[in-house]
Amino acid sequence: MKNLLSPRSTLGIVLIAAALIALPFVVGMAGQAWVRILNFAILYIFLALGLNIVVGFAGLLDLGYIAFYAVGAYTWALLASPHFGLHWPIWAILPVGALLACFFGVLLGSPTLKLRGDYLAIVTLGFGEIVRIFMNNLNAPINITNGPQGITLIDPVKFGDFSFATRSEFFGVTLTGPYKYYYLLVALAILIVIVNLRLQDSRIGRAWQAIREDEIAAKAVGINTRNVKLLAFAMGASFGGIAGGIFAAMQGFVSPESFSLIESIMVLAMVVLGGMGHIPGVILGAILLTFLPEMARYAVTPAQVALFGKVLIDPESLRMLLFGLALVLVMRFKPSGLWPSPERSRELAEKTAGVAK
Amino acid sequence: MDISLHQLLQQFPQQVVNGLVQGSIYALVALGYTMVYGIMGLINFAHGEVVMIGTLVAITVTGLLAAAGMPVGIAGLCGLVISILSCMAIGWSLERVAYRPLRGSPRLTPLITAIGMSIVLQNLAMILWGRNYMTFPPLLPKVNFEFAGAYFTLVQVVIVLLSALMMSGLVLLVYRTKLGMAMRATAQNPEVASLMGVNINRVISAAFVIGSALAAVAGVMVGSYYEVAHYQMGFVLGLKAFTAAVLGGIGNLVGAMVGGILLGLIEALGAGYIGYFTGDFLGSHYQDIFAFAVLIVVLMFKPSGLFGEKTGDRA
Repeated sequence: MKNLLSPRSTLGIVLIAAALIALPFVVGMAGQAWVRILNFAILYIFLALGLNIVVGFAGLLDLGYIAFYAVGAYTWALLASPHFGLHWPIWAILPVGALLACFFGVLLGSPTLKLRGDYLAIVTLGFGEIVRIFMNNLNAPINITNGPQGITLIDPVKFGDFSFATRSEFFGVTLTGPYKYYYLLVALAILIVIVNLRLQDSRIGRAWQAIREDEIAAKAVGINTRNVKLLAFAMGASFGGIAGGIFAAMQGFVSPESFSLIESIMVLAMVVLGGMGHIPGVILGAILLTFLPEMARYAVTPAQVALFGKVLIDPESLRMLLFGLALVLVMRFKPSGLWPSPERSRELAEKTAGVAK
Repeated sequence: MDISLHQLLQQFPQQVVNGLVQGSIYALVALGYTMVYGIMGLINFAHGEVVMIGTLVAITVTGLLAAAGMPVGIAGLCGLVISILSCMAIGWSLERVAYRPLRGSPRLTPLITAIGMSIVLQNLAMILWGRNYMTFPPLLPKVNFEFAGAYFTLVQVVIVLLSALMMSGLVLLVYRTKLGMAMRATAQNPEVASLMGVNINRVISAAFVIGSALAAVAGVMVGSYYEVAHYQMGFVLGLKAFTAAVLGGIGNLVGAMVGGILLGLIEALGAGYIGYFTGDFLGSHYQDIFAFAVLIVVLMFKPSGLFGEKTGDRA
């Protein structure tokens, strides 16, 4: 952090800030839908960074991560919608959502963290499914989640009278809802990235990495592996909870459908594809995996018309097919992700060199 | 609350029969997961899709042959054989194309590849067969039996017997043949096994091919049991079967069989009785929860599954 105020890094920060401010207007030229997609990309960055703590730093495979996102989203939905007639302010809901997600993280983690790798994976997967099934069915006999119909008319993010859902004007520039959310999300994202960077180099972060590399050795040097692993789960979960809250507010609608297993898998794919344990890589993974399927959505139909003169193959499945192939191909040619951390790629290079000898 | 406990007890044998049938199917699929996992430590997420393709191929072949005038029984048999052969081919190529180049890469890499292949296979099936539900032709005559208060159909009997047969065949293969010995050796330690002259590549291919053949049989069973098939059917089935494999102790053949049957029974009984025991607070739509709830409880007390050996940290 010492060099942060040197002229070069100041220039860098100013340039990045300018780019981040201009980005929605550039993307928005292709239509406001793309600004929304951009917002989702940032939400996925939150999720991927949260999961990265669990999977990337601590090396615990979690296939039910979306459950915490769901807890956060439903917390917001229940505390700020006509469903229960509650309209709590954001500074009250977000901490409650994060704490609740954190509580669920500990609840899941405390009995299961002694399990080895893939056993943990399937237990977390099961947990995610259990949460989703409960959300789907807790509409009778007492209507809590409103079942598969979900909860509608959720309050947007509001600070006092300033709502993020409506159009407003700043210095002569009119901003619609998605643009305003974008700046909120970017601010949050910067905060979360800084927290993650600081975590990585902290005592806890190093303890996580030690556990990832060799749990027995970590124990031997005096790390309380159980508590440190629980902490990873809890922190990852609370990031998920915060992301979920913003998601509910942004959409104005939540239903169990948004929290299926495939979402957990997508977030995991973002982490692994980008470069596990490497924060810039994970961010890249989240952005790519949000934008690529959307771009394919727009490219698939015209491409078919150009090639065959008509739509031969269902565009939706062709799009997913290409997505699956992309996952396979990236893993084939970049097994440690598109942008792995420098230490990690060095280790791998040494390993292959050792084998070649 | 108008159902008495007496009536519920009367349903008990029926629930057990249903659970056994479903459990045998889970067990067959679980074997595919557990063999691959035991030998190379990989969760082959695409295995459920192999089951689905097995079902759809059987539907198409049987339908075509029956339309050409062949008796349904023989057409169904041909469908089964062709579905087994195509699944074997898919399993073999899956390993050859997607997983083999990734040996020695970080642990999560093949997992993401498996997920990618699962998405690819599912959408390929959607492109080939469309997104509608397909009806599976009835291969066996609809005969009903009654035994100890439970009714069951010929299809159910055949499913249970056939899977018992296939499972004993597999156990014989693994514990009595040279290939089986090679498989067990590779599972214990691939490097040492290859030093002893075991061709690791062949063993791994064999595990995929055998697992896929079982998956095809399971697929035909699911199809003829529920009489419908769909390109998305493989995912949940695969998930349950994988749960069963973990429940029994992944990597362990007997564990996968016991786990599968146990899971089928738990689901059937759980769905049948949960309403009664929770005063109708939770209904049978919570069926899918049992699999996972039982799994979590079992793993809390036996961290490596019911039959899993206690292994050190291999990570």
